[in-house]
Amino acid sequence: MSILVNKNTRVLVQGLTGKTGTFHTEQALRYYGTKMVGGIHPTKGGTNWQGSEGETLPIFATVAEGRDATGADASVIYVPPAGAADAIIEAIDAEIPLIVCITEGIPVLDMVRVKARLDRSTSRLLGPNCPGVLTPEECKIGIMPGNIFKKGNVGIVSRSGTLTYEAVFQTTNEGLGQTTAVGIGGDPVKGTEFIDVLEMFLADPATESIIMIGEIGGAAEEDAAQFLIDEAKKGRKKPMAGFIAGRTAPKGRTMGHAGAVVSGGKGDAESKIAAMEAAGIKVSQSPARLGATLVEVLKG
Amino acid sequence: MNIHEYQGKQLLKGYGLPVADGVAITSADEAEAAAASLPGPLYVVKSQIHAGGRGKGRFKELGADAKGGVRLAKSPAEAAANAREMLGNTLVTAQTGPQGKQVNRLYIEDGADIDRELYLSLLVDRETGRVAFVASTEGGMDIEAVAHDTPEKIVTLSIDPETGVTPTDVAALNSALKLDGAAAQDGEFIFPTLYRAFVEKDMSMLEINPLIVMTNGRIRVLDAKVSFDGNAMFRHPELEGLRDKTEEDAKEIEASEWDLAYVALDGNIGCMVNGAGLAMATMDIIKLYGAEPANFCDVGGGASKEKVAAAFKIITQDPAVKGILVNIFGGIMRCDIIAEGVVAAVKEVGLQVPLVVRLEGTNAELGKQILNQSGLNITAADDLDDAAQKIVKAVG
Repeated sequence: MSILVNKNTRVLVQGLTGKTGTFHTEQALRYYGTKMVGGIHPTKGGTNWQGSEGETLPIFATVAEGRDATGADASVIYVPPAGAADAIIEAIDAEIPLIVCITEGIPVLDMVRVKARLDRSTSRLLGPNCPGVLTPEECKIGIMPGNIFKKGNVGIVSRSGTLTYEAVFQTTNEGLGQTTAVGIGGDPVKGTEFIDVLEMFLADPATESIIMIGEIGGAAEEDAAQFLIDEAKKGRKKPMAGFIAGRTAPKGRTMGHAGAVVSGGKGDAESKIAAMEAAGIKVSQSPARLGATLVEVLKG
Repeated sequence: MNIHEYQGKQLLKGYGLPVADGVAITSADEAEAAAASLPGPLYVVKSQIHAGGRGKGRFKELGADAKGGVRLAKSPAEAAANAREMLGNTLVTAQTGPQGKQVNRLYIEDGADIDRELYLSLLVDRETGRVAFVASTEGGMDIEAVAHDTPEKIVTLSIDPETGVTPTDVAALNSALKLDGAAAQDGEFIFPTLYRAFVEKDMSMLEINPLIVMTNGRIRVLDAKVSFDGNAMFRHPELEGLRDKTEEDAKEIEASEWDLAYVALDGNIGCMVNGAGLAMATMDIIKLYGAEPANFCDVGGGASKEKVAAAFKIITQDPAVKGILVNIFGGIMRCDIIAEGVVAAVKEVGLQVPLVVRLEGTNAELGKQILNQSGLNITAADDLDDAAQKIVKAVG
C-alpha cells in the first residue's frame, strides 16, 4: 500500500514542452514506467511530445480535454511562476483529483486566489514549491531522484525537498525503505499541510513508521503535533522521528523558502521541536541522523 | 523588498488615503525650506532607515541624553537644527542590531494633534491562506509585546478574496479599533482602500503603527511600513525605483543578481548548499558542533556552473569566512556541475581557507572525481555530520 499515488495513477503534465517538464517527464517514464499520459499546451494541442529515448506523449490544448481523453487522475505542473496559479486553477476546474505544483516563486497573493478556489473543490493540491510525491517502484510525480528510494514501510512528509532526500536515503540505507514520500512545499500558502498527510499515513496499513521534517515559519508543525496527540487518544499512533530546520536562522529573515521566516514572534524552531516532542516524535538534532533516530525509536 | 516610510506614504497617498504632507531630504541645508513648505506649526523629523523602533533608537555618535531617531520641532529652524544632528549619524534601534544603520535621509512631516494611537496592519495569514487585518487599540508600541502581554487586545480579521472587504468587515474593524462618528466614516473608506493597495501592489506587509485619531475626530496614517512580495516583482516595474540598495548587504545584492537565496550572518564558516531546508540544516549543524555560519546560501535546484561559481566567489570574498562547507544532495542539481563551478571559481579567485565538500546523489562520483583531479586542497566528507565536524575542526 501507499498514499496519494500508486502504479495505477495516470498523470498529465502542465508545462511538459519546456526544458524542466521534458527532463522530469523522461525521468518519471523511466522510473518503473510511471503512467505519464499526456501534456497540456494551449497552442500545441493535437501534436506529440517526444522524449530523448523515443518516448511520445499526446499534447492536449486544455486540462479538461486531456483528462477526458486519457482518464488522468493527477496533474503535475512545471509552468513558470507567472502562469502557475492559472495552471492550478485550470486543473481544479477540470476536477483533477490530485494536482502537484513543483513551481517555485509563485506570488503569494496568487496562491490566496488559488486557495479560495481549492476550498470549494474536491481536488487536492500538493505544493507549490515542492519536490512532488513518490511511491517506490510504482509512481514518481515531480523531481525527487528515484534511485535513492526502496520499497518499504516508512512514510515521509517534509516541507523541504533536499531534506526529503536525506530522509529517503537514510531510511534506504537502514534497510527500512519507504511507502510514500510527500513534499508539501516551502511556501506560506499551500494546498496540503502536515495534518492531511499524517492522517493518510496513519490510515495506511503498510506505513509502519513516519518521518516528519519541518522548518521555521508558521504553525503547521504545532498544529500537526496537536493532531497527533488527539489521534493518539483515539488509539491511532505510529512511531515517529522528526527534524526542524532553521534553529539558527535570524528572526525576520526569509531563509530561501518563502515560508521559512520567523515573524511576529511566531514560527521559531524551539517551539516546534517542543510541540513535536510533546506529541511523542523523537526529534533528531542532526539531519544526518534521521534514519538512525527512527531506528532507535523502533527499537524502543 | 522593503521600502522607506516616506515612499510607503507616497504610495498610500496615491490611493487617496489620509497621510500628512511631508518632504524627504538628504542634506541638512534642505531642512528649513522643507519644513517651511508645510502648514505647521508643528513638524516631525523622522530618520528613514529600513528598521523599526526609530523613536526609541539612539544615535551612536551623540551623547546618551541626545534625542532619538524621530523628533518634534516647533519651527523650521528647529527642524533644521535637528536635521544637522541626525543626518550622517548611526541610529541604533531594537531592530538594527548593535552596529546600527547610517541615516542618509530624513522625512520632514507636518505634525498632528493626536487623540488616540491605534495599530493596524495587513499581512498574508498562513493559517487561513487569506489576507488578514490585524487591529489593536494599543497603537504606537511594539505589537509583539502587546501580543505577548495582552493578546485579547489584538483582533485578526481575514478577508475572503472573492468578496474583498465587506461592510461587515468594516464594522468589525471599526468596532475592534473603537471608532465612531467621523472616524468610523473614515474607516469605511480606509479599510477597503488599504486592502486594495495591498493586493494591487502585491505587498507582503503593510503596517501602520500608529494609525491615529486626531483631536478633530478624523483618522490619519502616521507611520507606514511597507514590504513587497519579491516573487511578484516581475509584474511591478513601477516599484523597482523604490529599492534602496544602500540599505542592503553588498553580498546579498550581488547574490540577488544571480538569483541566489543568500543571507549574510555573523559567523566564520561559509556555506554553499542546494535546497533551502538543507541549507538551514547545514547552518544548524555547524552551530551544533560549536561554530557559527557566515551565511545561508541556497544555490537552488537547477543552477548552472556559472551560478555555482558566482555563489562560491561571494562566499570566498567575505573576509569573515575562515572555512567553507559545500553540502550538496543532488536531485535535479547534478554534483558534477557543482564541482565544475567550485573549480572554476577557485581558479579565478584562489582559495585561502580550508574547504570541506560533501557530495551525495545525482552524479556524486563524477563530482568527486572532478574535485580530486583539480589538484585543489579539498577535504572530502561522507555525510553532513562528518562534513560539519571536519570544517569546524579546520577553522577551530
